[in-house]
Amino acid sequence: MLGKLSWQRRLTNHVFTSFCYITSIISVCVLALILWSLISRGMGHFNLALFTQATPAAGLDGGLRDAIVGSLIITGIGIVLAIPIGILIATFLSEFGRKSILARNIRFMNDVLLSAPSIIIGLFVYALVVKTTGSFSGLAGALALMIIAIPMITRTTEDVLYLVSPMLKEAAVALGVPRWRVTVMIVYRAAQNGIITAVLLALARIAGETAPLLFTALNNEFANANPLQPMASLPVVIYRFAMSPYKDWQDLAWSGALLITLVILAINLSARIFLHKKQK
Amino acid sequence: MSLICLQNWLLYPSLAKVVSLGTMASILTKTRNFSADLLFMNLTRWCGIGLILLIVAILFSLILLSAPSISAFGFHFLWNSAWDPVHEDFGALVAVLGTLVTSVIAIIIAVPLSFGIAVIIIEVLPPRLGTILARIVELMAGIPSIIYGMWGLFSLAPFLAVHVQPWLIEHCQHIPVLNFVFGGVPIGFGIFTASIILAMMIIPLVSSVMRDVLASVPTLLKEAAYGVGATRLEVVKHILVPYTRAGMLGGVILGLGRALGETMAVTFVVGNSHKLFTALFMPGTTISASIANEFTEATGTLYPSALMELGLILFVITFIVLSISRRFLSKAPKSGGTQ
Repeated sequence: MLGKLSWQRRLTNHVFTSFCYITSIISVCVLALILWSLISRGMGHFNLALFTQATPAAGLDGGLRDAIVGSLIITGIGIVLAIPIGILIATFLSEFGRKSILARNIRFMNDVLLSAPSIIIGLFVYALVVKTTGSFSGLAGALALMIIAIPMITRTTEDVLYLVSPMLKEAAVALGVPRWRVTVMIVYRAAQNGIITAVLLALARIAGETAPLLFTALNNEFANANPLQPMASLPVVIYRFAMSPYKDWQDLAWSGALLITLVILAINLSARIFLHKKQK
Repeated sequence: MSLICLQNWLLYPSLAKVVSLGTMASILTKTRNFSADLLFMNLTRWCGIGLILLIVAILFSLILLSAPSISAFGFHFLWNSAWDPVHEDFGALVAVLGTLVTSVIAIIIAVPLSFGIAVIIIEVLPPRLGTILARIVELMAGIPSIIYGMWGLFSLAPFLAVHVQPWLIEHCQHIPVLNFVFGGVPIGFGIFTASIILAMMIIPLVSSVMRDVLASVPTLLKEAAYGVGATRLEVVKHILVPYTRAGMLGGVILGLGRALGETMAVTFVVGNSHKLFTALFMPGTTISASIANEFTEATGTLYPSALMELGLILFVITFIVLSISRRFLSKAPKSGGTQ
């Protein structure tokens, strides 16, 4: 009798286990299909011209140089502005605020911002910057990306700051080091890899953001490196080209999509590497 | 002596709990050595307060810019199905309905799939393989939404139009409710396709939350259940699910919040039509897709302001959804019982 299951129990168990296998096979297949589409459709234009030539008119040859440069500038400004703010908020939450009412409220608002639709951030920056200055600009796009990156950096950094051993801090304080120097020289340094992971994850997220750039940085058909002017960016150009009826624009959009996906996956991968360095 | 006390307070927040931040700061100002410390603490504090002010500013600016539309249409805006830029008659019904319907269908598709993935990672596969699968799912989360949108437009929509939708229409046309649900023209675009794309996008998020809460179930409980002869299904049904119910629900609602606000992927495939849809294969629109599509081209005062009001509605909806999900997730038992 022992060890014998009734056939019904055995059957339902098998059905359930196979269902679980099928779900994971489906998700792996979806990822493979997306990557396959990207590679098969994007490889055609994935050459040097993609990086060196200006945005073409429909029917002409060209590349995505301007959009790539624009994306680098907008994302770069956005992440550089977001890093200090995000880290300082995380410092307050983990070092000073802890369980105070203020800290709890900041944590809640951080979660709100984290899950706020990115298009709402775009609308906000439009109202705040574009409407008041009277023109679309790359800087406005960078500000929108900053607002998206800050809560991500704060969330992850707060978690890694908690992991810094209190003994390390106590040892420093016992030597008479002021509290702010303990934070900057000991805590940040001990949590360095974790903070880099946080920044890389935020970078990977904002590098592919399209919605907040649509009506902040807008688009620009000409080469432009001035952040006070409307600026082309890779995601927005991909969006416009993919929605266009022209075959060669669509092909270019696929190449851009392949490029941006490769970059983002590479950033995610290096974030993972830094995370594991920390655990050693 | 007092200096040491002070440093203790700064160092051990548990001690500082009895002393409010304000009192601590007022003591600190009297000790000149601590002025740099105070400056640093206040800097971090004001950055945090700035974050709260930012949310307030977002809400305030959305209300301010949608004021013309609010005063013109009032509450009628919410159930008006018209969207007529020429005659300046706007209503949110179609967009709000599209947002809710696509998100709810996406959740219905994504939850069983995410649950299966979470169970297989935690319970079925050996740890090494499970980690690899978890990494692959995380890879899916990293792909930007515009890529999902393009894939939906160029690969999924044509496939659905040729292989899936005609089949569903043909086989459901004599079944009472389903012929209504799966009605429409098999063009590939529409509410149905948008829901599938949304489901794919939220699977990584929902399954990773479910994985985390499943990992928090104490091994002892599971081993005890297996020990008395329970099958895997019975362990999941009687141990894992009851133990993690609140966390699971929190994850699902978090996924719902993500789906509600998703913009680019939906814009590509939803069809962007402001006509009220009556079946899933008909084109429709969502709040975020309308804003993304029309905002730069909106002229006059009422048109952009109506779009702003749509944005305000979306912000309020996602705020409520997030609050509910946080409530559930905070009820979930913390992990640490895995040893």
